[in-house]
Amino acid sequence: MATFTETAAGHSSDASATVHWFWGKLGWDIFPFYDPLIFGTFIMTMILAVSVAGLVLYKGWLPYLWREWLTSVDHKKIGIMYMILAVVMLVRGFADAVIMRVHQALASAGILELLPSYHYDQLFTVHGVIMIFFVAMPFITGFMNYIMPLQIGARDVAFPFLNNFSFWLTMSGAVLIMISLFVGEFAATGWLAFPPLSGLEFSPGVGMDYYLWSLNIAGIGTTLSGINLIVTIVKMRAPGMTWMRLPIFTWSSLVTNILIVASFPVLTATLALLTADRYLGTHFFTNEMGGNPMMYINLIWIWGHPEVYILIMPIFGIFSEIVPTFARKRLFGYASMVYALCVIMILSYLVWLHHFFTMGAGADVNSFFGITTMIISIPTGAKLFNWLFTMYKGRIEFELPMMWTLAFMVTFTIGGMTGVLLAVPPADYVLHNSLFLVAHFHNVIIGGVVFGVFAGITYWWPKAFGFHMDKFWGKVSLFGWVVGFYLAFMPLYILGLMGVTRRLSQFEDTFYAGYFFAAALGVGLIGLGVIAFIIQIAVSIKNRDKLACGGDPWNGRTLEWSTSSPPPYYNFAFSPRVYALDAWHHMKEHGATAPKDGFVPIHMPKNTASGIVISSFMTVMGFALIWHVWWLAALGFAASLAWGIGHTFNYNRDYYVPANQVAEIERANISPAE
Amino acid sequence: MSTPAHPTIPENGFDFYDVSAAHVDHAEHDHETGTMLGFWIYLMSDCLIFGILFAIHAVLGQSYAAGPAPIDLFEIDKILLATAFLLLSSITYGFAVINMQQKNASAMMIWLVVTGLFGMGFLVMEVLEFEHLWHLGAGPGASAFLSSFWVLVGTHGLHVTSGVIWLVVLLVQIQKHGLTPANQRRVLCLSLFWHFLDLIWIGVFSFVYLTGVLL
Repeated sequence: MATFTETAAGHSSDASATVHWFWGKLGWDIFPFYDPLIFGTFIMTMILAVSVAGLVLYKGWLPYLWREWLTSVDHKKIGIMYMILAVVMLVRGFADAVIMRVHQALASAGILELLPSYHYDQLFTVHGVIMIFFVAMPFITGFMNYIMPLQIGARDVAFPFLNNFSFWLTMSGAVLIMISLFVGEFAATGWLAFPPLSGLEFSPGVGMDYYLWSLNIAGIGTTLSGINLIVTIVKMRAPGMTWMRLPIFTWSSLVTNILIVASFPVLTATLALLTADRYLGTHFFTNEMGGNPMMYINLIWIWGHPEVYILIMPIFGIFSEIVPTFARKRLFGYASMVYALCVIMILSYLVWLHHFFTMGAGADVNSFFGITTMIISIPTGAKLFNWLFTMYKGRIEFELPMMWTLAFMVTFTIGGMTGVLLAVPPADYVLHNSLFLVAHFHNVIIGGVVFGVFAGITYWWPKAFGFHMDKFWGKVSLFGWVVGFYLAFMPLYILGLMGVTRRLSQFEDTFYAGYFFAAALGVGLIGLGVIAFIIQIAVSIKNRDKLACGGDPWNGRTLEWSTSSPPPYYNFAFSPRVYALDAWHHMKEHGATAPKDGFVPIHMPKNTASGIVISSFMTVMGFALIWHVWWLAALGFAASLAWGIGHTFNYNRDYYVPANQVAEIERANISPAE
Repeated sequence: MSTPAHPTIPENGFDFYDVSAAHVDHAEHDHETGTMLGFWIYLMSDCLIFGILFAIHAVLGQSYAAGPAPIDLFEIDKILLATAFLLLSSITYGFAVINMQQKNASAMMIWLVVTGLFGMGFLVMEVLEFEHLWHLGAGPGASAFLSSFWVLVGTHGLHVTSGVIWLVVLLVQIQKHGLTPANQRRVLCLSLFWHFLDLIWIGVFSFVYLTGVLL
């Protein structure tokens, strides 16, 4: 056993080493001295981090950051912080992808094996985990946080402190996963960490523990955020905003958060049981003493499949806002869009077994799940047709969000069709675990979620910051992502059909090298897209005066456009009344003007440091548990509990914005209906 | 105001902005009902966690791995006593809430203390049972059945423990601030939590202990 670990793990911390009472498993060998590549990155990152921290301290920005951002309970600021986290993690996850593609291209041609296979295994694991949990999830949570309260005419979410706390819990998970890059190792099990491979016997190192504690902590944050946003939509809609007048993005947020609350506890429970297997010696998912590894795979996919729809449904909502705005027509089939979302919500719970048709559950079980999977493409198809019919005979304006939408519609349709193909159990027996599957889910996640995120960013950026995004660099980014995507993943479809399995780091046959080189070239183009996006942000900020816009730059239809850009921190001086779907469009049609006087004091929540402090303690606790430093874990837990209890003794959590201050802000803002 | 009122269209054009100062108070009122709804949804998410643990017990509950079975381990009379403690604590919490609604703070606090004592009695029984099992060599690592048993019952026990801690904290807060709307809301949330744990325990008692001993 020990020899297997030594050879497979090589550099991983020795599992058989006794746990020191003070240091736990920590020792000098935790730093990546063994690998000049990682060690170099480590040194560079440290220098970067220290210089950023130094700059912040030197310029005296820390008090501002602390007061206005880190402790903020404003849903708009929290939304932006989620987006920043997602962009940073996107760069990290993308860097992993580049290394993987380069490695596979070189290895498939027999030129060079860039990475040892154990390191390669960690790379594809961390790439998947980061992209799903710390890129896609923060992106959609960020959108829902920022946009949804504005769309329903609310001043904040239902529980502003909880919102801040949820963000910092997500951050805590992200921090742990970033630490794992340099301190110790990460899991080498694939992104869902199936046992028995992820059990203590076959993954004795700390990598799996990083995985578990990072996702446990972040998962709790996601559940809390889901509860918060559901209550916000149910309880805090403006007068007159009945269910069938809800903007589609808000509908999609509601459905998404119901899915979050109904599926993330499953993830929490499942990961907690795997944690128990690793820490307490239980036998839930082991091969001996009556454990059942297949149960883990069932449970994780009972969360995992709804998760796919948690990612894509807010994106459907974003497109449903963008298409009517730029086609200058109301959305075709509003009611059918709502029903489609609800049907997808329910069906997404009835398809999980299609992730492991080869488990051997039998033909009738596989048929059931194959058929439900195919059925789910019907409401999705209905949505695509609705967008098409909205555009039909519309006066389409080709702004950046609309370009991303068109790229999405073509790309996502291809991904959806390969999905239906995989839903046929006999076909799945041939294609499962192949690069065809890898191409399929990147096709729907990049072509769906990522394109949708960029569409949403370019659409709502003017709302959040008061100026447009640079169009030229936006087009470069679009070009890089779209062409790069096809170049990177179409070869993988072909390779998958030829039988190449996923997660390969070594190749016997150089026949496939051409395809892998094409894919590597594609990832280079996507890299151009990523860099162009960052340049786009920088250029937009530099030219912000030239790109400045009013409250309603796109001639929008929903209530977020009725505020100034950026909206005042209380969102609405007076709660809007809603008489029709597309409330702001209706208001403009009837010449609504915002009242210029008669302002009243506004009831607002106070900022609090509790979220960031408790999450910091929990990060320490997680780190200590990973390294078996039990006293520090106990201390971290006790500290977070004590601070949490202390927080409940603070009854003085809100204040009133005086009416004259509201008047001042409102008069300073350019009339939003200009 | 669970569903927004339908504003009727005024005769002389739409009234697009709610300029009445009244909605300031609405906001506070909404927050109260929002808390109860939010707490309900949280309980449902917790219920799902227990649902998973029950499902796992259904799968692994008979995987004894040649080790002890429920009939060898469970002292059902003691479990019955613990169950009685927990059920009684739910009744006494109910009395506390009735007293709160009658604005009788001191009686309410006495009933809350009684509730907490019953809760602690339950926890003591549970710890004794775990100790008994441990000494029999029936720890959580002995078989898949025992893993599932320890984690299901232990998770419930941890919930009761946090309920007791919350109860103590709440008593201090009521002592300090009296029966303010915020504190009443907290009493009602803890009440939901407490009864929820009782319900879960009825599931544990029926499906883990009784079924284990009888079948």
